[in-house]
Amino acid sequence: MDLHLRVWRQKNSDEPGKFANYELKGVSEDSSFLEMLDILNEQLIEQGDEPVAFDHDCREGICGMCSLVINGMAHGPERATTVCQLHMRHYSDGDTITIEPWRAKPFPVVKDLIVDRTAFDHIIQAGGFITARTGSAQDANQQLISKPIADKAMDAAACIGCGACVAACPNGAAMLFTSAKCSQLNLLPQGQPEKDRRTLAMVKAMDAEGFGNCTNYGECQAVCPKEITLDFIAKMNRDYAGARIRHFFGKAI
Amino acid sequence: MKLDSKTPEGPLSEKWTNHKGHNLKLVNPANRRKYHVIVVGSGLAGASAAASLGEQGYQVSCFCYQDSPRRAHSIAAQGGINAAKNYQNDGDSVFRLFYDTIKGGDYRAREANVYRLAEVSNNIIDQMVAQGVPFAREYGGMLDNRSFGGAQVSRTFYARGQTGQQLLLGAYQQLSKQIGLGQVKMYNRHEMLDLVLVDGHAKGIITRNMVNGKIDRWAADCVVLCTGGYGNVFFLSTNAQGCNVTAAYRAYKRGAGFANPCYTQIHPTCIPVHGDQQSKLTLMSESLRNDGRIWVPKSKDAAEKVRTGQLDPNAIPEEERDYYLERKYPSFGNLAPRDISSRSAKEACDDGRGIAPGSGLGVFLDFRDAINRLGENVIAERYGNLFDMYNRITAANPYKTPMMIYPAVHYTMGGLWVDYNLESNIPGLFVGGEANFSDHGANRLGASALMQGLADGYFVLPYTVGDYLGRCGIHSAGTIKSDASGFAEAEQEVTDRIQRLMSIKGKESPRSFHQRLGHIMWDHCGMARDKAGLEKAIELIPQLREEFWANVKVVGGEAELNQELERAGRVADFLEFGELMCRDALMRDESCGGHFRTEHQSEEGEAVRDDDKFAFVGVWEYQGDNKAPALHKEELVYEEVKFTTRSYK
Repeated sequence: MDLHLRVWRQKNSDEPGKFANYELKGVSEDSSFLEMLDILNEQLIEQGDEPVAFDHDCREGICGMCSLVINGMAHGPERATTVCQLHMRHYSDGDTITIEPWRAKPFPVVKDLIVDRTAFDHIIQAGGFITARTGSAQDANQQLISKPIADKAMDAAACIGCGACVAACPNGAAMLFTSAKCSQLNLLPQGQPEKDRRTLAMVKAMDAEGFGNCTNYGECQAVCPKEITLDFIAKMNRDYAGARIRHFFGKAI
Repeated sequence: MKLDSKTPEGPLSEKWTNHKGHNLKLVNPANRRKYHVIVVGSGLAGASAAASLGEQGYQVSCFCYQDSPRRAHSIAAQGGINAAKNYQNDGDSVFRLFYDTIKGGDYRAREANVYRLAEVSNNIIDQMVAQGVPFAREYGGMLDNRSFGGAQVSRTFYARGQTGQQLLLGAYQQLSKQIGLGQVKMYNRHEMLDLVLVDGHAKGIITRNMVNGKIDRWAADCVVLCTGGYGNVFFLSTNAQGCNVTAAYRAYKRGAGFANPCYTQIHPTCIPVHGDQQSKLTLMSESLRNDGRIWVPKSKDAAEKVRTGQLDPNAIPEEERDYYLERKYPSFGNLAPRDISSRSAKEACDDGRGIAPGSGLGVFLDFRDAINRLGENVIAERYGNLFDMYNRITAANPYKTPMMIYPAVHYTMGGLWVDYNLESNIPGLFVGGEANFSDHGANRLGASALMQGLADGYFVLPYTVGDYLGRCGIHSAGTIKSDASGFAEAEQEVTDRIQRLMSIKGKESPRSFHQRLGHIMWDHCGMARDKAGLEKAIELIPQLREEFWANVKVVGGEAELNQELERAGRVADFLEFGELMCRDALMRDESCGGHFRTEHQSEEGEAVRDDDKFAFVGVWEYQGDNKAPALHKEELVYEEVKFTTRSYK
């Protein structure tokens, strides 16, 4: 198929960017969206132009590195799909496709379609873990965890940290990401000792990174490639309220 | 090159306990902060090593090429992680896991290392559960297990089809904690481009900052490489796009031995290749083989009709189907090990009975019987996300028509040579996870890669790295600075190489060269190899390399984010390393595991080993550019297991 592409080009975070138009011919409908960009890049290289820089790695929908806003939708039009798993069969010959980077203040553009998502790492570093020293764990079956709880924790844990939730949110909120990790650990018995501490620290880090607040637009859930739900935001809000109250009375754990 | 495996004395089951309890030196907790350790890579091995060393009090710097350590390729592993817990009461034991791994690797792994792997496997599950990894549970609250290829017990722990992701995130979180505490400094988007030796010891690395192109020197008391495998030498593989051999290959060029480079695992259940625009092969978890039945039509005629779309596979009656794994290996059936399953699929397709449209390179993985037996909801519960993934990629519904699969390059068992302490022949250079050669022999059983990464990172390196630092002595801690001899020279070499790549200004893109190399590798050093083909490859690769250095086109600048430059550097190393793989495959004149020389097969097409001549680790030493490398041998001595012909019948 033949395509018209409008692609965001930006040399680095200091310089302003703009859209460039490209024509691309002979794309197989079995190609993935990123393979289509590979073909574009080979064409650009042949012409001596700089290829479009974009983040990608596993191309299996799990590493969370790919990050494109396609025709206004984070990760494109398919539900529960990362860009690397989006295939060109969902487009038609002659389509015009607009491709942009994630746009959010805490995710500065590094180059073209690449943004810096280390703000997410900082949230995890603040408290997104369970303290368990290497080598001193008890037998894994000593602590029983009911299947529904383990499953729910897994639903939250499926988050790939791609940042689509932030890109889609009109407020640039990172609540879906933060709540997924926070809920996973807060649901499990192992996570209880640090529950309040974790919740307060992660929310604080999230705010410090400059992410906006959640006002229940629900766009994050709509674009999440791993179908993380708003329930986890609700859960984090409850955990946070409880932690704040206990903190106020000097009883936070 | 001196290859002393440093395998401790004593019975196999006591070696590790005695070694870490008596032999390995300790560093006083108050002194640990004076030592600085570099960890390259942040996958299961790298993240867990960096986290554990940081937790012990060492200063750690960790480097990864991704934008976040959470994206290391360990994240893509789907199926599970083995441990000898025997929670299922089905007769599993440390010895059985050890034995299965040795046998699965076709008796080409070091016995003591493999035993230790099996021994610490149980601690890994405990550790990961304590960290909050949401493994699958039964209704009673206990951990659930399933079985994987090459095993007759259910010893695989899993978190849906995302086990690698969950384990990596567990290790990443421990690493993040140490980063938050300032104990580990993390350098994202940094690529290691050389290793620095000071007085023969590994004391630093040279990196390129992938955002601004800055070349940096980093000095430390020792270096730990956990940089993964090199399957991308084949261009199409199940590896992430960024996986490369550069760090390991640079270490090889600095004198580290490269062991068994030809051992490549071909994974039997990948989605078949389509067209020539493909950049990547996608793996379908091997766990699918628990319920899926693998078959091709008995007749070539029917296969031809399926390929051309004239015949619906569901319409092929039972007696016209060849469930070849169940037929050939009745006791393991569809769970036969990966090398055997892969080869059987190739045989069926070579016989003209492959069913993928166009190429014919594909066989069926059919869930019809399982759905009839268990119901679609049970299958959806077990494999739903994998089915969705398959559907997304192929636009076919695997609940209704059988999946199509074909083998693809997956994991590399070869790697830098290490002793029992995971130290290479360069003192102070440690290698963990897929980057070393030690535990899987010539073939890796399913659910064992995650096990090895975490075993190395959590339970081996934190002891043995401390031992090296203790042996160096506290007087040496922190004494090596980045102005030491060796740093300037290595940095200069890195800079020269980048400038050389930039200055060629040829006509062909790095990707195109990579693709051409991949074809040579797959055709001549792929699922089946022979003398003539390997000799041909050893002729073709240097020609392609010469062409690369004369005609590669790297656009963009060097002092900025430049993905073409990154790719060009990696392809340049693959162009040398591919030849080393072929040389190793040519030298190994036998068939074993993932290394199948067509000259050495039984009448039934099974691999025929030559234990008298080849029960050794082939370790290559770099001798200079355009010179043949020197071969060294570490003889493999088996104390507890006897060589037997692998049989899964």
